[in-house]
Amino acid sequence: MSRIGVFVCWCGENIARTVDVEKVVNSVAELPGVRCAQHYKYMCSDPGQAMIREKIAAEKLDGVVVASCSPHMHLKTFRRTVAAAGLNPYLLEMANIREHCSWVHHDRDQATAKAIDLIRLAVAKTRYDRKLDPIRVPVTRRALVIGGGVAGIQAALDIADSGYEVVLVEREPSIGGKMAGLSETFPTLDCSQCILTPRMVEAGQHPRIRLYTYSEVESVDGFIGNFKVGIRQKARYVDMSKCTGCGECSKVCPLKRNLSEFDYGMGMRPAIYMPFPQAVPARPVIDKKVCAKIIRNGCGLCEKKCAPGAIDFKDTDKMVEEQVGAIVVATGYKLYSIGREQPSGKLHGYGEYGYGKYKDVIDSLQFERLVSASGPTNGELKRPSDGKIPQKVVFISCVGSRDNAKGMPYCSKICCMYTAKHTMLYKHKVHSGEAHVFYMDIRAGGKGYDEFVRRAIEQDGAKYYRGRVSKVTEENGKLIVRGADTLAGIPVTIEADLVVLAAAMRPADGVAELAQKLNVGYDEHGFLLESHPKLRPVETNAAGVFVCGACQAPKDIPEAVAQASAAASKVAVTFAASELTREPEIAHINEQTCAACFACVRTCPYHAVEKAEIRARNGTLIKYTARVNPGLCMGCGTCVAVCPSKSADIEGFSEEEIYSMVEALA
Amino acid sequence: MNLGYYPGCALHGSSNDYEQSLRACLGALGVTLSEIDDWICCGATSAHSLNHKLAIALPARNLALAHRQGLAEMFAPCPMCSMQLLRAGQAMASDTRLRQEISTIVEADVDGGTSVLNLIQVFQRIGLDKLKAAVKTPLKDLKPACYYGCLLVRPPTVVNFDDAEQPQSMEAIVGAVGAKPVEWSYKTECCGAGMTMAKTETVLELSGRILGNAVAHGANCLVVACPMCHVNLDMKQRETGEFLHTKFDLPVYYLSDMVGMALGLGAAELGIDRHFVVGGKN
Repeated sequence: MSRIGVFVCWCGENIARTVDVEKVVNSVAELPGVRCAQHYKYMCSDPGQAMIREKIAAEKLDGVVVASCSPHMHLKTFRRTVAAAGLNPYLLEMANIREHCSWVHHDRDQATAKAIDLIRLAVAKTRYDRKLDPIRVPVTRRALVIGGGVAGIQAALDIADSGYEVVLVEREPSIGGKMAGLSETFPTLDCSQCILTPRMVEAGQHPRIRLYTYSEVESVDGFIGNFKVGIRQKARYVDMSKCTGCGECSKVCPLKRNLSEFDYGMGMRPAIYMPFPQAVPARPVIDKKVCAKIIRNGCGLCEKKCAPGAIDFKDTDKMVEEQVGAIVVATGYKLYSIGREQPSGKLHGYGEYGYGKYKDVIDSLQFERLVSASGPTNGELKRPSDGKIPQKVVFISCVGSRDNAKGMPYCSKICCMYTAKHTMLYKHKVHSGEAHVFYMDIRAGGKGYDEFVRRAIEQDGAKYYRGRVSKVTEENGKLIVRGADTLAGIPVTIEADLVVLAAAMRPADGVAELAQKLNVGYDEHGFLLESHPKLRPVETNAAGVFVCGACQAPKDIPEAVAQASAAASKVAVTFAASELTREPEIAHINEQTCAACFACVRTCPYHAVEKAEIRARNGTLIKYTARVNPGLCMGCGTCVAVCPSKSADIEGFSEEEIYSMVEALA
Repeated sequence: MNLGYYPGCALHGSSNDYEQSLRACLGALGVTLSEIDDWICCGATSAHSLNHKLAIALPARNLALAHRQGLAEMFAPCPMCSMQLLRAGQAMASDTRLRQEISTIVEADVDGGTSVLNLIQVFQRIGLDKLKAAVKTPLKDLKPACYYGCLLVRPPTVVNFDDAEQPQSMEAIVGAVGAKPVEWSYKTECCGAGMTMAKTETVLELSGRILGNAVAHGANCLVVACPMCHVNLDMKQRETGEFLHTKFDLPVYYLSDMVGMALGLGAAELGIDRHFVVGGKN
């Protein structure tokens, strides 16, 4: 017979107002297996916990039920309490008589009866509880950071500076991400490259950071502390060890008119190119889709010109494998693709703005390149069609954001700020110019942000219209922008020279596939899911995988950097212990009865069940069986549900325990 | 090909030149039009600004008649009519209770299964290859600005036809019969429509923009597939010019005129001789 102690909490008035705790205690004390029952005003307080500890010792309890709030609230507290009294913490059960009872019921008699029932269930389960020990897994103290934008760089540097090795993977030829292409940043107007490139160089030269650029994560196996990552290094056709980064190859390349990805098509680059002069690594890459040598064995001028002989036209993709203990995802964003061609049928685009039809209708990242000192026009704002300096520029915000009909329902958060910045940058370059902004609301929450927008309007004279633009058309070389000023209640027509569309932020391409490899959830828009929006903002539901930057939600640079440092600190926490402990409430397979149908292997959402062999000492095969990898199992119980031979079970939630609860209710 | 035919009020009244053009052109292509017996007004702009149920019941009765007369497809050459018919069909398809209620009101079982076609879709159904093959006199001198107006492509969720902002389907048809359509900016702007009665100046301003932009992009004629647009752009063209202190001389053809001319039909057969702007007077 068990010796179970039941401790009923009043939670001040929260429980005691609706549940007659006195009656509950008297009633449950009679249950079979219950040695003693007590109530107290605040069981989680020090005296309350002391009472539990004293009773465990005095009554030699072998199981404890605390009837109080949700286990989310205080399970850890009470496990520590019973552990301090020498009892295995997994011999504690909680009955939730607050959220599940007193808070949701009015009738005192019925609530009291329900509380008694809930405790009866917990007592029944406690009788079958077994002692469990936390699972210990070893840790590889190396981290993988996916994405080399500002968030990835920050995370990599922070982890490396904490003394751990980092593998930084970037799919473009250089790290730097979107930020490297920005002109100046709000709200201080400091030059984006000036603040980012030192960090890029630092990451490139850090003794504990191994950089893989022009590479992509192809596969991820394993679990927290023990990930095995397959990385594809795309053929660069340049031997990074021989190349000195002199740039002679780009100068001789005759195929100079390819749209530059880094300039978002606003400028041109040769077939062999470095995306931008401050690229890290400062090594070129050959675009195999245009290079004449690779396509039809022509040209080859760069190979002849290259003194160190670094050009290798026979280069192929290489696969490398890295062992890491934690992963930070920082894959960033892309812009909503405006116009006729849409990647998904759901997004109907904004044909009315003429993006892709009129050369002088550009998106905000293209505008950044046109005003950037490192841009195709060397920072002089010339419009794409004829190179003239635009005298009137219209900025349209919320293109694709906050639009359930044609775009995304969410706010992209940064557009109000960068549009205000764009008007300033424009006015600083073209003093006589007019900047007109069409907006829905101005959302400028942040340190110095609203002041910044006011400055754009009041000091730099940007004209703001609260309203949408219905159509952009072209007449006599002017873009006719027709919109509404809903505050004045009048239609507005502006003959503009340039139109800039603040397109919505969307997660970068391929992030859903990556999330599937990592077993990380993502929302309907493709943004990665954190495990708790407030209290676990950089963790994911996959242990050991962390997120930061715009792959999680639209955010600006300061936020992305802060989140990156948070993710880095979580990695450092993971690495602080020599081995990791995990909750032992996971699945296990009875290998004696397992029929090796492997239904569990196929259904496990975490790939935690593996096929295994049982062999005799002399090596002969006895049988196949399924086996749970304790490092991966999340204890969801899917395998228990599908197992036809009832060989799978969850520790701490065994079928025996669950059925005993059901029986107690009957 | 036999199609149910819903002319709508305009084609039996002010725009009977459009009906003449349609019957001549489609007849030459072997399409017979079976006019829905006892059809009524689709409700146009009036019904849906006054009473939601009326706006569904009026087109619903026409759909029910088509179904009763065994016509699975109904050609509605006026974009307002076709949009109202589509909208009513969709409203009933998504709401069983509404469908039952409307069936009671119109005293006919509204099946909602009749599909509705506009003029462009009829030509698409015939097939561009067949059109090309039937051309006798290619319209190689014509540089039309194809004008869709508001309702051929909108609301996109209702008509579900072509791109609402950058449509190309009419260009493909006039291209197939040898014309060289121009790319221009106003193909889906509003002509002012029914405001022509209530507030003529609004129409003159809006139609003036359309005419002006077409000319600026090198068009020598306009092509429409809407009776209302034709009224505003053709009949009102001289007045528009006077209002804007300029002079337009831009013939406005129905899409069926274009195809008909290429098939070798004459102006009198197609009703083009009854248009106001003849062209070539400047």
